[in-house]
Amino acid sequence: MNLAYSAEYERFRTEVRRFLGEHWNEAPSGAADSIADLTGAHVRTDARATAFRLLAIERGYLYRHVPRRYGGSEQPGDPLKSTIIAEEFRRARAPFEIMGQGPSMLVPTLLEHGTEAQKEHFIRDTLLGTIRWCQGYSEPGAGSDLASLRTRAVLDDGHWVVNGQKIWTSNAREAEWMFALVRTEPEKAKHDGISYLLIEMNTPGIDVRPLRQMTGDADFNEVFLENARVPADNIVGRRGQGWVVSRSTLKHERALIGGAHLTRRTFDGLVMLAQAVERGGRPVIQDPVIRNRLAELEARLVAAEYHGYRLLTLSARGNDHGLGGMVTKLYSTTLGYDIAKLAMDVVGDRGLLAPGEPNAPAMGMFGLAYMWSLGVLIAGGAANIQRNIIAERGLGLPRDARK
Amino acid sequence: MDFGLSEDQVLLKETVRRYLGSECPTTRVRAIMESESGHDAALWQGLADLGVPGLAIPTPHGGAGLELLDLALAAEELGRACTPGPFLGCAMASAALLASEDSDAKARWLPAVASGRAIVTVALGEEGGVWDAAALTTRARDGRLTGRKLLVPAAAVADAILVAAQDGDGPGLWLVERGAPGLEVAALRGTDMTRRVAAVTLGDAPGVVVAGGRRAIDRARDAGLVLLAADAYGGARRCLDMTVEYALTREQFGQPIGGFQGVKHQLADLATELEPALSLWWYAAHAYDHIPERLERHAALAKAHLTDLYDRAARVATELHGGIGFTWEYDLHLWFRRAVFDRAFLGDAELHRLRAADLAGW
Repeated sequence: MNLAYSAEYERFRTEVRRFLGEHWNEAPSGAADSIADLTGAHVRTDARATAFRLLAIERGYLYRHVPRRYGGSEQPGDPLKSTIIAEEFRRARAPFEIMGQGPSMLVPTLLEHGTEAQKEHFIRDTLLGTIRWCQGYSEPGAGSDLASLRTRAVLDDGHWVVNGQKIWTSNAREAEWMFALVRTEPEKAKHDGISYLLIEMNTPGIDVRPLRQMTGDADFNEVFLENARVPADNIVGRRGQGWVVSRSTLKHERALIGGAHLTRRTFDGLVMLAQAVERGGRPVIQDPVIRNRLAELEARLVAAEYHGYRLLTLSARGNDHGLGGMVTKLYSTTLGYDIAKLAMDVVGDRGLLAPGEPNAPAMGMFGLAYMWSLGVLIAGGAANIQRNIIAERGLGLPRDARK
Repeated sequence: MDFGLSEDQVLLKETVRRYLGSECPTTRVRAIMESESGHDAALWQGLADLGVPGLAIPTPHGGAGLELLDLALAAEELGRACTPGPFLGCAMASAALLASEDSDAKARWLPAVASGRAIVTVALGEEGGVWDAAALTTRARDGRLTGRKLLVPAAAVADAILVAAQDGDGPGLWLVERGAPGLEVAALRGTDMTRRVAAVTLGDAPGVVVAGGRRAIDRARDAGLVLLAADAYGGARRCLDMTVEYALTREQFGQPIGGFQGVKHQLADLATELEPALSLWWYAAHAYDHIPERLERHAALAKAHLTDLYDRAARVATELHGGIGFTWEYDLHLWFRRAVFDRAFLGDAELHRLRAADLAGW
């Protein structure tokens, strides 16, 4: 056990820092806005950011698992280097890899299952954010049971004619393209009847309607498809293989420390809040009940931070994460919820004031975080789905009866 | 950057686990539990022959010269097997002696502890939930000790007891040998029958000062906190494993109960809490030898969190076993009882969370 990086990696860190010092000397905005981090709103794709990303790719710092011919930097897998890059880019607040569903979900899928033409056409622009993607998976009747989806596509004169509805689609208003799962073989068993299509969002017959969530904002959408005609070539993989195709995940190096880093920032914000808010003439943080709860949360947070280092070490040694990797989503989202809950208790009665209300502590941002902490608990595999995965794949308990 | 165990550490864990698997099945645990002294000299000597009590004792003093993390990995295995014995007292006493500058005491007692020839323990806690050096009421004057210590582990079988007390200069540790005049050791019945405790009364008993100041006491306490966290992790993990195994074989309503979501989700929640908690006590153990400025706070956080989790694991395990889990014959209550000890000894979770809050400067 050694928490220091070796001389080789420290040299690498110095090199990355020098690169950032030379090429990204923009003063930090000072807005430590974890809500923006949460929703991905901080991702910059202006000309300056794009020029910087191209340079960073050239140097081998971004998209290390993507071949050069498709716009990546094609570096050998090295989780420690990836972590150092992520840490240093974050420190410098420099444009990093675009975190959207395009680079994180579509690109690995195309790399594994796409045709040469698809790879050449889409990957480079997706990595630079000049093609933005939304994900057409969930439907009103297909949430946790995604494979029961009913949006159908029928081949007609060289086109897929798509009819149906998608829901919870982030970025559907901004995205130029959608990668979607649709039913093309209705006569087959449910997982075998699905295909993976790339659909241009300006196709006639597509109607995007904002979906207002509990916070009052509309960060998601419903997407209605009515006789939308999609060129037959826009299928990824073969007909009926969409389910398997969509299971492609980022198999290569991933920076594993990022999630706990965000939680640490939120927690530090909570401590500052408890120091600033007074009740009965004393800072709330002097209340032993609050101190006890803060320490309980911090133990869980430190566990999450070093769990990240443990998984990183497993990756660096070429080992699977096993059960340790399966629990991270449920663990971190539960912790995030509990941190947000304590923040609400710290502000006490003023917690009833709405986000943005100037009289609310911290402008009511903790109220917003409290609601969002529920959103992330549900999104991308709700908590009970995570529990099934942990119990079945992690602990070896019997699978649920499923139809 | 490497936050994982070395090959030697993995081997150490396997060696201890294999030894306990063959030498310390629950039938033997129960026999020791039900014995008068609660101590099985042959089992302890076997562990000493493997090097367990001397893992973190430097080689010049007869130990293996490793770190607290290595000792904690052994503690995890002892907790997993619910092993009876004086491990905790000896480990805390070794930590205290290593922080002492008394070379005679070190030369006499450390090799004896490492080899299993002697059992030494630490008497810290006092009436009123006192575990802090600054609040001790036991007094030392001119090499004589007067006071009462509650909950001293392995005191009844100890050859020597390191007594935390105060004299005119503040807190320190005094070594009192077995049979000293004025020393009374009264065994207490504990819920956990694998680690016996006793009340120690000192009535003008002779003691030799081995460490002045609070550092040796704090080192012993912090080592103890980390080792309890490791014991708790090992025990909690065993509770989870036993329950998964049971859920796969026990059938009700025509199927293994592990197929019901109510059962699956309780176990998944337990695994989700436990898996990252491993890294919390690993880090605290690592800090003991490498990051002294972060030790006290993280040892407190680890002890509070892991022992709470152990309690939850033992409760969930018992509940999911149903009636059988509530019987004396079934082994689960051995771990349940051990969790009670781990939670309470050296102060409960709330005490250590409040200490951690103070130490953070909140």
